[in-house]
Amino acid sequence: MSKTSRTVITMPDKAKRGEIIEIRAIAQHDMETGFRYDQNGKRIPRDIIRSFTCSYGGVEVFKADFYPGVGANPMVIFSTIATESGTLQFEWTGDDGYEALNQAQITVT
Amino acid sequence: MRIVHIIICCIGITSTYLVTAEAQTSARQSGYQSMSAENQALQDDPNANPAVFWLMDGQTLWKDSAGPKQKSCASCHGESGQSMKGAATHYPKVMSGKLQTLEGQINQCRAFNQGLPQFAYESKQLLALTAFVANQSKGLPIDVQKTANNQSDLKKGHDWFYQRMGQLNLSCAQCHEERAGLKLGGSIIPQAHPTGYPIYRIEWQSLGSLERRLRNCMSGVRAQPFEYGSTEMAQLELYLMWRARGMPLETPAVRP
Repeated sequence: MSKTSRTVITMPDKAKRGEIIEIRAIAQHDMETGFRYDQNGKRIPRDIIRSFTCSYGGVEVFKADFYPGVGANPMVIFSTIATESGTLQFEWTGDDGYEALNQAQITVT
Repeated sequence: MRIVHIIICCIGITSTYLVTAEAQTSARQSGYQSMSAENQALQDDPNANPAVFWLMDGQTLWKDSAGPKQKSCASCHGESGQSMKGAATHYPKVMSGKLQTLEGQINQCRAFNQGLPQFAYESKQLLALTAFVANQSKGLPIDVQKTANNQSDLKKGHDWFYQRMGQLNLSCAQCHEERAGLKLGGSIIPQAHPTGYPIYRIEWQSLGSLERRLRNCMSGVRAQPFEYGSTEMAQLELYLMWRARGMPLETPAVRP
């Protein structure tokens, strides 16, 4: 439950052509750093999101690499230019086979 | 010389007046008011508040039919959870002779009506379900009243609040009443009104209950913390909720 594929995208569903739109993407993840120890002194293995990408109509418009310093449930806020109506696809990948996918539609007039 | 004296006197009076006025307007305030603008924004935006994931999990659990009776919370209380509106404002509450916290009542319902094993205290499931239920009362004033049933527990809770404890020999009141608004290290000491539990605490990087927060303070003064789900905890929670009566519930709140 601490690491599910739950994500939330916040962005406008309509925009004018050429307008700058703000996109916020948050994922549920513990972001275990790999530097912590449990009660028995055993090291807790690293388990983090490694990368996040956003593609707009099949074209990659944003990419971020994540490191152990990033806190739990990371939120990324970025902007892009509304060029055409279509689908934005968001993809998170991480340690231990973690994968999360989310999509959002936008209508550009 | 005399004029200067009069002026100083006047300034003295005005500043005393201002201080009293400020003390009156800020008589009771939620920890929300002393947070940074960034953290306030995080709490206010339902899509940015990290507790959103626990609310989603809570909603799933609410509708999950399980156990020998194949019953979910929704089978009795309705799909949307809206029947729980206002419920969280009354807890801790005396139920059949025992003081129950909201978490305790959820577990009680689970054991008796669903026939399922209780969730561990502070487990992610219990936090998620509690947050989902308490979220239905967001914005409503806390409504814990002194009644014939709870007055002895309320008295004990009051006593715990003023009881010095631990190697540092401090009571809750010494920080959160006498020194509220001053600083401990770099942070402002809040007035300890439990208006937003379960909270997403950035220090924890997770959602946590009021009991977890209270245990934090207890180990901070190097006392033996009360056990999760214990009567002492419920009594202290009751006193704190009574002390915050009338303040709006913010669940799920974000705190630094």
